[in-house]
Amino acid sequence: MSEAPSDIEALIALMARLPGLGPRSARRAVLHLVKKRGQLLTPLAQAMARVGETARECLRCGNIGAADICEICRSEKRATGEICVVEDVADLWAMERGQAFRGRYHVLGGTLSALDAVGPEDLRIPQLIDRLAEENIREVILALNATVDGQTTAHYIAEQIEGTGIAVTSLAQGVPIGGELDYLDDGTIGAALRARKAF
Amino acid sequence: MATLAVTQLQLSHFRSHRRLSLELGGRPVAVYGPNGAGKTNLIEAVSLLSPGRGLRRASADELSRRPEALGWRIGATVTGPGGLHEIDTRAEAGRPRETRIDGKAMPQVALGRVVRMLWLVPSMDRLWIEGADGRRRFWDRMTMSFDPDHGEAVLAYEKAMRERNRLLKDMVRDPAWYGALEAQMADSGARIVAARQAALQRVMAAQEAAPTDFPISALSALSPEDDPADRSEDLADRLARGRARDMAAGRTLSGPHRADLGAVFTAKGVPAAQCSTGEQKALLISLILANARALAEDTGAAPVLLLDEVAAHLDEGRRAALFDELCALKAQTWMTGTGADLFTDLRDRAERLEVTERGGESVVTRHG
Ligand SMILES: Nc1ncnc2c1ncn2[C@@H]1O[C@H](COP(=O)(O)OP(=O)(O)OP(=O)(O)O)[C@@H](O)[C@H]1O
Ligand SMILES: [Mg+2]
Ligand SMILES: [Zn+2]
Repeated sequence: MSEAPSDIEALIALMARLPGLGPRSARRAVLHLVKKRGQLLTPLAQAMARVGETARECLRCGNIGAADICEICRSEKRATGEICVVEDVADLWAMERGQAFRGRYHVLGGTLSALDAVGPEDLRIPQLIDRLAEENIREVILALNATVDGQTTAHYIAEQIEGTGIAVTSLAQGVPIGGELDYLDDGTIGAALRARKAF
Repeated sequence: MATLAVTQLQLSHFRSHRRLSLELGGRPVAVYGPNGAGKTNLIEAVSLLSPGRGLRRASADELSRRPEALGWRIGATVTGPGGLHEIDTRAEAGRPRETRIDGKAMPQVALGRVVRMLWLVPSMDRLWIEGADGRRRFWDRMTMSFDPDHGEAVLAYEKAMRERNRLLKDMVRDPAWYGALEAQMADSGARIVAARQAALQRVMAAQEAAPTDFPISALSALSPEDDPADRSEDLADRLARGRARDMAAGRTLSGPHRADLGAVFTAKGVPAAQCSTGEQKALLISLILANARALAEDTGAAPVLLLDEVAAHLDEGRRAALFDELCALKAQTWMTGTGADLFTDLRDRAERLEVTERGGESVVTRHG
């Protein structure tokens, strides 16, 4: 099979690193982009450059936005005394799509995993503990995946909060094991949130 | 009684089978043909319709037909008391196995809810004399046949234990981290112990309820610990107290992962390990049959059974008794053997599949 020009091959190799794309689908996507350079490739490249310039993680919660402090953290309306702890920004966005939660978030950026060499200091757990007092938090809602790593992290955080008088709850089960928050539909997230229980 | 059966099977690039498409009823399936033809490969494919690595415990890559090594696919329709389900399980080259049930991507453990399955393979002839691992696997498969959630509990337990073992090896001393892992080991561990115990009781009761030509054995849970914990709180407590000892050993020394299954040949009062080779085999068959009967009572259908080379090791009387029992159970039993004559007693009660090798690939021909 003859190869595409090296610039295009390099683009394919980059695209193939995206989640959900393999070498074949990356090749197909790039070919499509190149054929539609005017309508697609150039605007896409410009949009990517802009996002590359402006995107940053919120210093407080870890959400991704265009400012040092994200919109949710800036909004006084969302200072409800509830904070929802999620593994990943994708989970935060899934919760927001469900429009079921009115408080603030804290993105850990992963889960505890000795095998993957991710310890408490690699996650944003100390920052979470600091926020509890600073933001007058009354309830911490653990919205972590029902995987072993997710639940280990939940237990670990609950242990750190124990004795502070702050309630610790978790989303109702019924979330399929290994099923990730990001894959749930919006209605399910709302139901799991309303039926949350003490952890 | 209903029958749980694989009614359609399609293989693509699975071991020696390049392409195969079969339609089956619920009758036993007699698979015969010369050595190396691809008989075991065929029932191994069926075994992959249940969670885990199948009856040879092979990795996804080993299953890819060589020399192509492009990956493989198994498609099946399963009919049973729970209705009809379509299973698609496959692996692309170098990738882990993926499973779809009725078109939806599912974790492998979900297969256990659709197909209950038990098997007996020649390597299990040494089950009672070799290490506890094999017996524990046999016991867990038995348990999973009654309680499909058991597979999930075992996976969760093992995952949490691997995490804990890594902390031990790395000499991490964070009590909260250990506590978080041990809470999960204790929770899934207690479920594992209870489900295993329930399965033992169920199989023993079924053995006694319906005597067959196969010998009865008394099963018991064994453990390297004097009094193994079975309640979640006790397990958690024991793990917490064992941290220093476990750190010195570099691994977790107590818990259900150390359990063993003991069997005593009841008629003789002799442990299975001390029985003759034939007797040990007969004990295993007896357990599988009892397990199948119990499941038929509990779920309304016997499990799918895979008996690799079982006919060859039985005398004629026992073989006929086995066939009668399987037919009475209405179990879709896949049996392999080198000659068609091994299955003559089954007559028209079975489907016959002849497997031969032609030009480096297995060919399956149906005879009635
Ligand atoms: N990944 C693979 N690709 C191609 N061929 C394979 C692969 N794995 C195993 N084989 C071949 O499949 C052949 C048949 O194996 P199988 O174990 O099914 O034979 P069998 O019919 O059960 O024989 P026996 O009567 O000796 O048990 C073997 O010759 C083996 O080399
Ligand atoms: Mg064989
Ligand atoms: Zn923020």
